This record gives sequence, C-alpha cells and structure tokens, in this order.
Amino acid sequence: MSLASGTFNQSYAQDMAILRTRTQRVVLLAFLAFLFTCPLFISETWLTIMTIIGISVISVHGLSILTGYCGQISMGHSAFMAVGGYTSAILCAKLGFSFWAALPCAALFAGLVGLIFGLPSLRVKGFYLIMATIAAYFIISWLVHFQLTGLTGGVFGLAAPKPEIFGMVLRSRASYFYLVMIIACLATVVAINIVRSRVGRAFIAIRDNDLAAEVMGINIWAYKLLAFFIGCVFAGLAGSLLAHYYAWASIEAFPFMDSVWYLGMLIIGGMGSTTGAILGTVSFRLLDYLVIILAPMLAETFPAIAPQASASLSLIMRGLVIIVFLIFEPRGLAHGWGLIKAYFRLWPFSH
Amino acid sequence: MGVVYALIALGFVIILKCSQAFNIAQGHIVMIGGYLGFTFLIMCGLPLWAGLLAAIATAVIMGLLIERLALRPLVGQPVLAVVMMTIALGFCILEGLAILIWGGEFKVYSGALPAISLRLGAVYVPAATVFTVILAAIVVAALMLFFRYAKIGLAMRATAEDEQVAQCAGIRVTTVYAISWIIACVTGVVAGVLLGGESGVSPYLANMGLKAFAVVLLGGVNSIGGAIVAGLIVGLAESFAAGYLDPLTTRGGLATIFPFIIIIIVLFIRPYGLFGLKRIERI
Repeated sequence: MSLASGTFNQSYAQDMAILRTRTQRVVLLAFLAFLFTCPLFISETWLTIMTIIGISVISVHGLSILTGYCGQISMGHSAFMAVGGYTSAILCAKLGFSFWAALPCAALFAGLVGLIFGLPSLRVKGFYLIMATIAAYFIISWLVHFQLTGLTGGVFGLAAPKPEIFGMVLRSRASYFYLVMIIACLATVVAINIVRSRVGRAFIAIRDNDLAAEVMGINIWAYKLLAFFIGCVFAGLAGSLLAHYYAWASIEAFPFMDSVWYLGMLIIGGMGSTTGAILGTVSFRLLDYLVIILAPMLAETFPAIAPQASASLSLIMRGLVIIVFLIFEPRGLAHGWGLIKAYFRLWPFSH
Repeated sequence: MGVVYALIALGFVIILKCSQAFNIAQGHIVMIGGYLGFTFLIMCGLPLWAGLLAAIATAVIMGLLIERLALRPLVGQPVLAVVMMTIALGFCILEGLAILIWGGEFKVYSGALPAISLRLGAVYVPAATVFTVILAAIVVAALMLFFRYAKIGLAMRATAEDEQVAQCAGIRVTTVYAISWIIACVTGVVAGVLLGGESGVSPYLANMGLKAFAVVLLGGVNSIGGAIVAGLIVGLAESFAAGYLDPLTTRGGLATIFPFIIIIIVLFIRPYGLFGLKRIERI
C-alpha cells in the first residue's frame, strides 16, 4: 500500500493500522455520522433502499470472502441466506427464541449447511463448483418448499417476528435501519480483518493457484471449507435480517436470481476487495432505483411494451452493467477508486 | 426428453471443446428457441419446415452476435470472467429480451408439431414424440457428418485439440469460435422449438437448460458421445424418479430436482463424468 508523501510508518502497529492518516479517520467519522443521522432527514423510500443495501452488503461480504478472496465461485448464495432466514424465523416463531439468540444460531446453521455443499469444492473447482452450488440452491428450495413443510410452512412461509430490544419492538423503519447498519458495520470490520489475517492470506494463495498453495503447506481441505463456512455465516446473518425485515420468511424473498446479482455486485465492485464489495452493492442497488424511476417513462414512450417494461428493463440493465464491467473494467470500481486516490495522493506531482 | 437433453448438452460441449468457455446461457438459448418457434409457427403461421428454417436462421445471427460482442473481448480472461459473462448474457439479457418481446408469458403451440406418443414397456417417456426423436437425431447426425467431413468441422476439431498448434497451421481460431457459438445456438434453438412444441414455453424453460448440465457433467464435459449417452440416462432417470420415487416423498416434486441430485452425486464420485478426460494439472 502506498502512502501519501510525507507519511511514514515508524512502527509495526502503524503499518498494520487500517486507518493510517488523520484524513482517513475524519472521512470515516463523517461517513458514520452521516449514516447514523440520515434517518432524521431522508424519506421512507430511501430508508428502505438503504436498509436493503445494508443487508446486501453483509451478504456480499460473505460472497467476497468466498469468491473474491478464496476463488470458490458460489451461485447458491441466496439459498444459504434462505437457510439463515428460515432458521431464525423457526427458532423465533416455533421455539420462542428471542431474535438476539436466533440471529447467531441462524448464521451458524447457514454456515454448517454451507459446509455440506462446500464439500464438492474439495474435488472440483471453477465451473463444476458453480454447478454444485446451483444444484444446492434448487435442492434447498425444494426441501423448504415441499418437504419440511411442517417446519417452514411450505409455500406460505412463516411469520418472523420483529426483533425486540429492552421491551421495545423495532417496528419502525428507522429502528430497523439502525439495527441493520450496526450489524453491517460490524460485518465490514470483521470482513476486513479476516482477509488481512493468516486465514485471508491462505485464501488468496488458494485463489491464485491452489496446487501451489498446497505445495507450500497450506491445508486446502480445511481452508476451502473454512471459506465456505465464513461466507455462509455472513449469508445466514443477512438472510435472518431480511426475513425479520419482511416479518415473513418465504422462499420468494430469496430467489435464485439474487445469487446472480450478488456475484454481479462483486464484479462491479471488484473481486478481492472489501471496499469493492460495498461500492458494488451500493451502485448496483442505486442502479435498480434508477430503473424504477426510468421504467414508467419508457412505458409511456412505448405503450406497446408497457406491462413488461420494468421487469425486462431491470434485467437488461443489470446484465449490461455486468457485461460492460467485465469487458472494460474487470477489476471493478475498487480499482477505479484506487486510481483516483493514488492521483490525489501524489497531486500535484503525479510522476 | 432424453434426446432433447442430449441436444442441449451437445451445444454446450461444442462451445467448451472449441473455446474453453462454459456456456451457462445454454438454457436461455433454449428458451429463446421456444419463443422463436412460437413466433414463426403460430404468429407468422409459417409451415413447419419454413418455421424451423427461420428459427435456425435467427439462431445463426444470435450466435454470431453473442460471440463477437460478448465473448471475443474476453479471450484469455480467467474462467470466472467468461462464466459471469454467459450468466449475465443468459439470466439478464436473454431473459430480459424474452420478457420484453414476448411478455414472459406461457405460450402453447402443441398442435404445430406432428405428435405420436411413445411407450416402451414399463418406461413411460413423458410427452415424448417420435417427431422430437427424429428431428434431434437428424441434427446430431448432421453434426457428426459436419465434424467428420467438412473442412471447418475438421478445423474445429483441431482447435479443440490444441488451439495454438491449430493457429500455427493456418486455422482462423476466431472463425472457429464463431462457428461453435452458431452451432450451440442452433442446437439450443432446435431443442427449444421441440420442448416448446411439447409442453409450451415460458421463462421457466431456461431451468431445463440448467438440468441439461446434469447431462453434461454425467457424460463428461469434453465428450460429445458422452453427452448423448448421458442425455438418455438422465431423461430416463428423471421419468423413473417421477414414477417410483415421487410417491415415497410427502409432496413429490423430486423428479424436477432429480437432475440436480445427479449433479451433486457425479461431482462427489466422478467429477470428470463417465466419458470425460481426467483432468491432470501441472503447476
């Protein structure tokens, strides 16, 4: 990591610090201050959007560790979210757990299910693993939908009560927003620190060349499964939050396409970067919002396609954005952000 | 059903062999094929042969466009980029287009294809028509002859063997890529017309393509013969599951996910499939 001119590391502690300069601290504090005061002045619509963004950020952090750092592509991410969502809903509704006990249980259980479907990763990789995780999605959704109906309520789903804190139910949008944002911030800190640790470096080694990593003494078997476990714990956390946000757990809240979108967010943000996961999620969700605004205008201009305009437009827009990023900026927004930062770090002497 | 699976899997295997690209959009090409069949056979009212030809012509254009615009810039990129590209193509662009143009509705044109139902002993082949089998067999045979005798077919086999050597021998590898995509689109679209003619077409038809991956994996991803044999096996296994296993589970539906269970089992036991080459890696 290059430092601004005139900034030097004088101890290992400084070298390891996430926030190195005063500017970074000020910017982060300002951002957090904005984040936690914004329910006071933004509209309900934006509050909803930002809550969903927060939940997606948690989920994409998991995918970022699994796919971006460890290189194990998963297209079953929304299935693992569904596992988390259903687990906490069942624990709350049927067994009378409080939300705060159900949330970690949901995350853990999603992680365990992830371990099971991560087992093929020990023998296969790349495309084969994608197929295994797609299969995982369909098998899990079949189990939820048709088999374990006594537990999951089958097609109808089941109610997930809103969380409660000190006897106060988090019913308003703003209160849930705070809950999601606090957990999202914690998840971000955890994600950053996982990838800086020994574990994270092992993941990167496995991603870059798993055979070479094994030769160098990294236990691929353990680390690949660990990556699946961590990724799915994040997914379970996000799934549980989503189920309680809708106050209803049903498989419709976790469609197959979401797995694709999470991968898309990762690509737009940039693989192998925690900042990228956040940037990608935010820009992807904002793009959605743009489509919601644009679709009625398009429908007015071309009345022939009016009924399907919004559904198809959002699909095509998302696809185009992913394709454009793949072709023109495969390293994602995080790379562009890095370039901008580097430019200003060296400014005005860029050479 | 098995024959159609084989047809879908064939297009996939051809692209994989020629350009090392895993084409996840194959299922969506099938869906587009189903809608094209509906457009040409019902909306335009063309006779069967003309409708099929028109659908195939559209498939050729589609294949060319996909290869040139989306896949060519990604030559030499990592597997993930190519896979994501085909995912974005299939799940977003093609599905979006299907919704935009045909409204994403369920369309039926079962009367358009000549239907003769078939029953082999205890094996009930769901809604299989002899016409489907015949047409699929014709396409497969044509492809076999193409690879054996046509010059470009030979070039494609050479490219599949070793890209760089083929290039040194004067084969235009980019043309080969384009042709492989065209063939994949044509087989996909033909399969789509057949499936649409049997059971109607809707965006869910794309999941059929996902199931065809069970065929691909069972047969071995780089074996054309494997794709055909495994197609028949998976088709039969699915109807057996519908007949014998569904009554055992509480609410059924096992048959629909049976191909996915096959995927998991194959990946656990024999990741390179029945006829595929065992992957040997060197650092």
